[in-house]
Parts: sequence; structure tokens; C-alpha cells
Amino acid sequence: MAQIELDNIQRIFQLGDSEVHALQDVQLRIDAGEYVSVMGPSGSGKSTLLNLLGLLDRPNDGHYRLEGRDVTTLSADEQARVRRERIGFVFQSFHLVPRLTAEENIALPLLLAGISPHDRKARVAQALDDFGLAKRGDHRPDQLSGGQRQRVAIARATIMQPAMLLADEPTGNLDRATGEEVTTLLETLNGRGVTLIVVTHDPHMGERAQRQIRMEDGRIDSDSKRPAP
Amino acid sequence: MMRSRDILGFAIRAATAYPVRTGLMMLAMAIGVAAVVLLTALGDGARRYVVREFSALGSSLIIVLPGRTETGGVGAGSFVTNTPRDLTVDDAAALLRASGVTRVAPLVLGNSEIAYAGKLREVMVIGTTRAFADIRNYRLGQGRFLPEEDWRRGSAVAVIGATLHQELFGAEPALGQMIRVGDRRYRVIGVLAASGSGLGMNADELVIIPVAAAQALFNASSLFRIFAEARDRDAVPAAKTQILDILKARHDGEEDVTLITQDAVLGTFDRILGALTLAVAGIAAISLAVAGILVMNVMLVAITQRTSEIGLLKALGATGSIIRLVFLTEAALLSIAGALAGLLLGHLGAWGLRLMFPVLPAYPPDWAVFAGLGTAIVTGVLFGVMPARHAATLDPVDALSKR
Repeated sequence: MAQIELDNIQRIFQLGDSEVHALQDVQLRIDAGEYVSVMGPSGSGKSTLLNLLGLLDRPNDGHYRLEGRDVTTLSADEQARVRRERIGFVFQSFHLVPRLTAEENIALPLLLAGISPHDRKARVAQALDDFGLAKRGDHRPDQLSGGQRQRVAIARATIMQPAMLLADEPTGNLDRATGEEVTTLLETLNGRGVTLIVVTHDPHMGERAQRQIRMEDGRIDSDSKRPAP
Repeated sequence: MMRSRDILGFAIRAATAYPVRTGLMMLAMAIGVAAVVLLTALGDGARRYVVREFSALGSSLIIVLPGRTETGGVGAGSFVTNTPRDLTVDDAAALLRASGVTRVAPLVLGNSEIAYAGKLREVMVIGTTRAFADIRNYRLGQGRFLPEEDWRRGSAVAVIGATLHQELFGAEPALGQMIRVGDRRYRVIGVLAASGSGLGMNADELVIIPVAAAQALFNASSLFRIFAEARDRDAVPAAKTQILDILKARHDGEEDVTLITQDAVLGTFDRILGALTLAVAGIAAISLAVAGILVMNVMLVAITQRTSEIGLLKALGATGSIIRLVFLTEAALLSIAGALAGLLLGHLGAWGLRLMFPVLPAYPPDWAVFAGLGTAIVTGVLFGVMPARHAATLDPVDALSKR
């Protein structure tokens, strides 16, 4: 059984009078621990696919089974719980809460899950250490560099130990060297067994994934897997 | 599920992160609550002031009117009564037998002309006895009040008000001079200290002469009123019963008089000014409602500002109810903080009022304080519900795409 199973997924947006088929008949199987890059031109449906995978959006038709459970029929609150416990998001613009310190940003998912302050403190301290942010815990986002911000965001995405990481252009707002650093960090996490799905424009980054999916007009155009080294 | 302490902490962080917005919202709330506190302090202060002034006149005063009316308080009916049987000086004297009554003063009232050294004017003339000065707390500027004498004798002496003294004599000494009232002449033996008005009669423009002299002057044998004073405030009900019994016995068993007590007068003023305070509080409450609407608007703006944050919280696994709770907590916190600030502001204002007008006991009544605080918090939360619901229904994808 694959970790992610998409069957006949349709996603249609109503734009004025016309209908836009953002996703058409998408079939996809992703196993636990895979490293997948999703590429394609703007409007090809790759972000829609990522939102669907992250339960931020619902398909108009089709089925999405996550770890064997059909999640398309879950209630909004149940979906929120799945997001909280199984899915980590990394965004192009980091989406850190500007008034909160790095520490507090990382602790947000723990806060939402109702973890006790004592446990929270220990886990956040560990995460700060792991991501080389030990001295930056009490800095607010505007006091951090781009790379540090994205590392805070990744620390936040992984603090609940999710089964998969969904990254939407994670290096899009970073310079080449910092982007490289963040990509390596994500790959290290993948190496520890987290499924990593990256949506990117950057062919250089896309080619580093073992499995590359190319999208075109809401369909999967090609799906190539590099043999394991 | 998120812990309530964490929700509170998160809301506090959110509120303090936007000081201008938070400050404005709290200011609106504070002004509303301060208005309620200050205006009710003013209204209630005025009420207490009036009640206190009336009590100073003698809260143990009982006024006897000829004629029977059913009126409990002061109304048109208490002054216009039919007189089936007149009150007489003997009636008044009989009241002294009542154990609960300490002083009695009969009262005859009329208008006449006063003249001195060619100056002439219309005045109100009161015919009464020595006790009247004590009952009404009249203070004398010069000389003395009416002498203690047989009520039926009526010596030709007069006490005049301060204004009359000024107008008739100017700087000349008045004591010992003869004035003419109507067609009779009286010797001035006293001048009342200037006092302003009291109970509808301006004491400064009165001529007071012995009751028998006044009856002769107006050619009347009846009394206008009898003023009686009970031993103390608690003795008033007993004294009333005794007065009624005595007069009933003297009037062939017919209860044809009406008694008015200071309590009835006081009660009326108390009710009127109490209603006024309530009306003022109602007006102030409108500003609270306006503050509530402002809270709603500011919260809606806050949600627009923080759309991407709401999207993020949803992506991190916050349910709609948590988002609702977070924003509602924020609105409630701001309202409570604003209300407390307003309470402080109102009390400061009331303190300032008391400093400026020491005679006015401008303390806000407890009910107004609680009502003000309660209304502020309820409107704050109520008007916070709509923005919170709006925030909870935001689509995470759209919300996240807003930068």
C-alpha cells in the first residue's frame, strides 16, 4: 500500500463564466520516504496538487487515500487534525508570524495540538539545536536572514514529526547559496524517512529528486524515477 | 485541542503587537464606560445633594393642610384642596399635646403692600409663631425673631427678609423702625440672614408677623397650614397618627385634613432625579454601543491584515473553532481592558468633579459601574463574534496566497 494514493482526481475552478480544469484525472501513488519533485509551467496545476495533498483544498471528484484512509470525506475538523499530525508545510514566503520569536513560531503547531508548556520547551530547544538556530531562538523574523527564516519554517513544519513534508518553492525567495543549504537540509530530513514533495520552477533543484513529475494543463505529463544509486 | 492558557497568551501577543489599533479600540471602550461612570456620578450626585439639602430643612417636618386628599406625595391636589372645615389656631395649639410632636407653628399666608418712607412694594406676608424659625432653620442677620407670646395676642412687630431690608432701608438701620403693611403699622424687630429660596417661598422677600396679627390683617380666622415637627425622623409615623387623632376629635370625628411629610417630598425628588440619572446612563450607554461597533470594525480590519496568518494557522492544523476562539478572546480582552481603563477614567473624572464642586457628592452608583462594565464587555464580545466567525471560515488556500 502506497502512503499517498490519488485516483481520478478532478479539481475545477469557476472563473467568472468559464471553468478552469486545474487538475484532470490525476492518478498518483507515492510511497513513504520518497523524494518527489513536481515541475511544470505556471498554471499547470502543481500548486493545486500540493494543496490537495496537504488537505488545504478538496477535489471536485476522485479519491485521496492517505496511509490507507480516505481523507476526502473527512470533516473540516478531522482534516485539520490530519494536517496537524501528519503533514508539514514549507512555503516560498516562509509564512512566519512576524510578532512571534523564532522559538514561538516553531512552537505554534505544538500550541495548536495542546502539548504542555514543559514538553513544548524541550522539543523546541531540541529543534533549535538541530537546525543551527540555538542562538536565534528569541529573534523575531525581521531580525533573521532569509536562510534562517526558512530554517525556522522547516523546524516548525517538522516539530510534530509528520509523515510528509510539502514544500512550495522553498528556495524561491533565497539566493543560490542559501537555497542550496535549505535544499540540503530538506534532503537530510528525507534521508531520515520523511516523504518529501517539492514543487519548484528551478530545474536544478527538481533534478535532484529521485522521482520527477512534470505537469502540463492539469495532467501529469511525465513521471520518471531515477534508479536508486 | 489548544490549551486555554495558550489561547489567552496568543491573543495577548496579537493585541500588543498592534499598539495603535489596540489603543484606539480601548480608547473607544474607555470613553464609553467613563461616560457612563461620570454622567451617573453627576446625576446621582445631584440627587444626593438635593436629598441632603431637603433633609437639612428638617426631615421630621409634618405639614397639615385643611381638606382631605388621597395624594401621597406632592401634587397639584395637595395644594388645591376643598376646605370643609378650617384649621384654627386652637387646632394648632392642640397639636402640642401630641407626645411625638416637639414644635408646632400655625401659618397664615397672604399678599399685601409694604411701605416705608414713601417706598412701596408688594410682599408675601406670613403670620406665624416663634417656633416657625426653629422648624425652618431660619437664621437672623439682625435683631431677634417673633417673641414667645400668647398666640391670640399678636403684638405689632415684624421680621423682614434680607432683600426687603436692602430695598426698603438700604444702608439705614432697620431695627426699631415702623413699617406699614396693608393698613397696619409694625415695628421691625429682626432681619433674616440672606438664605436664598427654600420650599417654594423665598425667605429673603418675606414679612413675618405674629399669627394673630396676620389674621387681623387679612380678616381671616382660618390657617393656611400647620407646621409640626416630630421628635425625630423615626417618630414621624407615630406623630402623624397622633395629629390625625387630635384633629379628628376636634373636627367632630371627621378626618378632613391632609398630612404631608418631608419623606413624601423627598421621595418625589428622589424618584425624579433617580429617573434623570437613569436617562443619562441610557444616553451614555449609546456611546458604549458605538464603541462595540468600532470593536467589530477594528477586528474585521485586523482579520484582513492577518489573513495569511489565519491561513497559516489552518495549514498548521488549527480548526475553525480554535480560530474563532482566538479572535473572540482578543476582542474580549480588548473590551475588558478598555472597560477597566474607562472605569479608572470615570472615577478620576468624578474625583475631579468633587474637587471642583465640593458640595456635590459625585460618586457613581454601584449599579452604574456594574452596568457600564457589563455592557462594555458584552458589546465587545458580541461585536467580536462576527469577525471571529468570518476569520474561521476563511479558505486556507486563498488566505495563504495573500502576502
